[in-house]
This record gives sequence, structure tokens and C-alpha cells, in this order.
Amino acid sequence: MTALDVKKIRADFPILEREVHPGVPLVYLDSTATSQKPVSVIKALDSFNRRHNANIHRGIHVLAEEATSMYENSREKISRFINAPSARQIIFTRNTTESINLVAYSWARANLNTGDLVILTEMEHHSNLIPWHMLSSERGIRLEFIPVDETGSLDMQTYEKLLKLDPRLVAFSHMSNVMGTINPAEEIIRKAHAAGAITLLDGAQSVPHLPVDVQTLDVDFLAFSAHKMLGPTGIGALYGKLELLEKMPPFMGGGDMIKTVHLRSFVPNSLPHKFEAGTPAISEAIGFGSAVDYLEGIGMNQVEAHEHEMIHYALERLEEIPGVRVYGPKAEQKGAVAAFTLDEIHPHDVSQILDRYGLAVRAGHHCAQPLHEKLGIQATTRASFYIYNSFDEIDKLVDGIYHVKKMFA
Amino acid sequence: MEDLYREVIIDHYKNPQYRGKLEPHDISFEDDNPLCGDHIRIDLRIDKDGRINEARFDGQGCAISQASADLLTESIIGKPLEEIKSLNKQDILDLLGIDLGPVRLKCALLSLKVLKAGVYGLGEASDDLVE
Repeated sequence: MTALDVKKIRADFPILEREVHPGVPLVYLDSTATSQKPVSVIKALDSFNRRHNANIHRGIHVLAEEATSMYENSREKISRFINAPSARQIIFTRNTTESINLVAYSWARANLNTGDLVILTEMEHHSNLIPWHMLSSERGIRLEFIPVDETGSLDMQTYEKLLKLDPRLVAFSHMSNVMGTINPAEEIIRKAHAAGAITLLDGAQSVPHLPVDVQTLDVDFLAFSAHKMLGPTGIGALYGKLELLEKMPPFMGGGDMIKTVHLRSFVPNSLPHKFEAGTPAISEAIGFGSAVDYLEGIGMNQVEAHEHEMIHYALERLEEIPGVRVYGPKAEQKGAVAAFTLDEIHPHDVSQILDRYGLAVRAGHHCAQPLHEKLGIQATTRASFYIYNSFDEIDKLVDGIYHVKKMFA
Repeated sequence: MEDLYREVIIDHYKNPQYRGKLEPHDISFEDDNPLCGDHIRIDLRIDKDGRINEARFDGQGCAISQASADLLTESIIGKPLEEIKSLNKQDILDLLGIDLGPVRLKCALLSLKVLKAGVYGLGEASDDLVE
């Protein structure tokens, strides 16, 4: 018995009905890259464009007022979803990457100087790595990394040692997009604070799949994307603590982020608008709110429970296949992500052949090249599961892998 | 799609005839396909008439990239360097005998990119070389 009525949920996702080759239905196992959208989200986008489209925050006409209130209402929903103290602390961005870059450009450039230490981890997605590399070459900040141990977990003893080096920021992924490792965020954040550092949590994989409460975590910044949680692409969010956001200089300059403008000076707008220069992705932001409604309708505890069952079964089935090696911790400590290698067969070949059977998986280094270097492999094939995936689809994946093995035998 | 892993491709992938390195060589070039981490190096020996008289490839990656490198290496031995400059995407697809989508095309074309960058004596291999 599963935590979710998957059959009922699947009926809400029109794309899951399609065939990808003649007579071959889609088996979508790539939600870690991007999730599919329910009809309610598709309708929210469509209805905005059909009936309410206008620019926000300025117009006085009916459409402008409707658009503004829909956009701001979506911010409220997202704020409640992660239990933020106020919606002013939710900045709309394009995605997790832009949210992290906002912190790197605004907070870090105002606060970090040569020699200041930023702690990252070896399992970071490139989005939480490159902004800090760039700051390092520009400012001479130092980077240290919490190592990944042989079980795919963070080496917390080394973390304790790094904390003695007086870090200013600890920026880390809540859930690995490759190994699915769920990191002990609360502990990492508590210890960072005790060492005088602030924290940035990459929630790209955790916010869609687990209950995430920014006040319980006491995290300073949280970055996440709509498209990985049933919402549209092109919209994401940054949550920040009020006292930090208030002090931060604007990131990009332009319309909407200003209070007053003179020819030679400007006064920035209040939060959250200070960080939202230019016309944002309005319909997408509204779609984001609709995606949150859908997830709340199911309940994040249920989502987590379902995915837990999925990864348990997936690991059990995958590990029975000779030649398959799944990376990362045991099912208890990971989200519904299984990155694996199959004999010496290149993951691109694996995923190409799986595609014949309708199986959509991801192959490559999944934007985590340093992690693959650490694991001593070039690439992996990754299957990931969400609320609309069934046990039956895991069986199809296993059958598909046997087909691959046969072809390369 | 059914043809993608034709026997000839699996065969060249598993039992490449021209895998190796040439020391010394007249031309050597290597590059990666960042998308999937395929890596190809091609070494050439050129005779006094400007013909390729020895060629080897080395590297690792998916079946498509490695089979394509083996087939390409086989096909260029004995050819004048000038002729290499006119090779393009279609020549590789003809060698493989399959049609490829945009993603896998990069795997298939890596060896030609490496070969042409080497022949032209370029600093880096650009996609323009194989259009």
C-alpha cells in the first residue's frame, strides 16, 4: 500500500498519457531535472494569459490590479509553503541558480573580502559552486569543502574542523541531485551559526520533495525553483532573513526595484521589490503559486512518504541486477534519486537504449562534475521519482536495464 | 532508432581496430564533449606527399563516440590532408549508417572535430568545423 493514490494523481498530468514512440508510453523518471505539470498549473498559466494579462505594480486599470494581486498572492502562498515569517522575505528569481547568484552578488560582495572563508561541500551542483569560484577570482575569498565520505554522506568531523577556520558563510545542498543524500541541514546550520557564519541552503531538490520549514531550520537563505516542484520554468525564489535582506544592496538595477529616481541618483524600493528589477515572469510566478496549491493538496508529508517507498523499492530492484552500482547512501537517508552505473556501459548508451522503452532518465554528470571526480566515475545514469511515479515504472526500468545488458553482452 | 546500436557500431565500440597512440606523430589533437564527458585523441603520421599514412585514436566515452572515431580513423588512412578539410557531418553519418538526434550527434562528431582541429592546426576544436 502506498502513501499516495498514484493512479489518481497521474490523471492530473496530461503529458503522462503520451506515447514517446509508436505504442510505447512515456515512463518519466527525470523529475530531478524538471518535473511535469498538472492540469491546474497549465490552466493557471492559460487563464492568466487569456483573461488577466497586464504588467504588475503600476497600472491602475482592472487587468493591472488583477495581475498584481495574483502575482502577490502567489508570493504569499510560497511564503506559507516554507513557513517564512513574511511574504516580503520571498524574492522571485528565475530559478535556484539566480537565487544563489543574488546572494553571491549582493550579500557576499557587500560582506566578503580577500581571505574570507566560504564553506561548500563536495556534492554541490554547479549552481552552488561557480558563483563562489567567480567571487573567489574576483575577491580572493577562500573556499573549503566538506568532503563526501564513501557512503555518500558529508564528513561532519571535517566540517567541525573547517568551522574553526572562522567561516563567514556555509552554502550547501539540502539534497544531492545525484546521490539523493539528504544532508543534516539543521545540524549544519546550527553549527555554522555557533561559528559565526551565515548559511545558504540550496533547496532545489528538497523543497519539492520534503516538508521544508525555514524557521525550524533557522536558515539564513533558501534557494529553490518552481519547475522542479510541478511549476513552470523561468521562475524560482530566494527566501532570506529580514535583517539580512534589509541591509543588502540591490542586485540588478531597473524598473520596479526603485522608490524614487533622479537623473543622478536613486533610492531603492522596499522588500521584496528591491530585488525584482524589471518586469518579472508574471504568469510563471502565478503558476508557481498554483503548483504550491497542488502540493499542499497532497501534503508534503505524504509526498515524502511516497518517495521513500519508491526509493526503497527502486534500490532493492536495481541492486539485484548484476553489474549495477547505485551511488549514495541507503534508502533511509536519501530522496527518490538513484544514480547508477551499469558494467562498463556508458550512461549515454544506457539512457539511449532505455529511451526505446519509453524510459526517460538522465545521463551525464548532472551538473555535479566534482562529485563524479570524487566518486572516480565519468558519468552516471540517473532515475528519479516523484508523486506521479509508480512501482510498476520501477519494474519497467529494471526490465529496460536488462535489455541494455543484453545488447552490450 | 532501432538502428542506433546496429551490430557494426557495437562491434567497432567493443573491438576497435584503430585504437592506440602514434609516437612519434606529425599531428595530434584531443578534445572532450563536455555534455557526456567523451574524450577523443587522434594521432596522425603524414607522408612527404601530404597524405595520412598512419592514424590512431584513443579516448573513452559512449559507444557512438568511440565507434565513430574508429570508423573515421579507418576511413582517413591514405587520404591527402586537404581532403580531410572537406569532411562534414554527413560523412560521419554515412560511416555510421544511422541518423542521430542533436544530442547524440555531438558524440558522433567529436572525432571529426578533433581530426579537423588537428589538421588545421587550431588551438581548439569548434563546432563550426563539422557543420
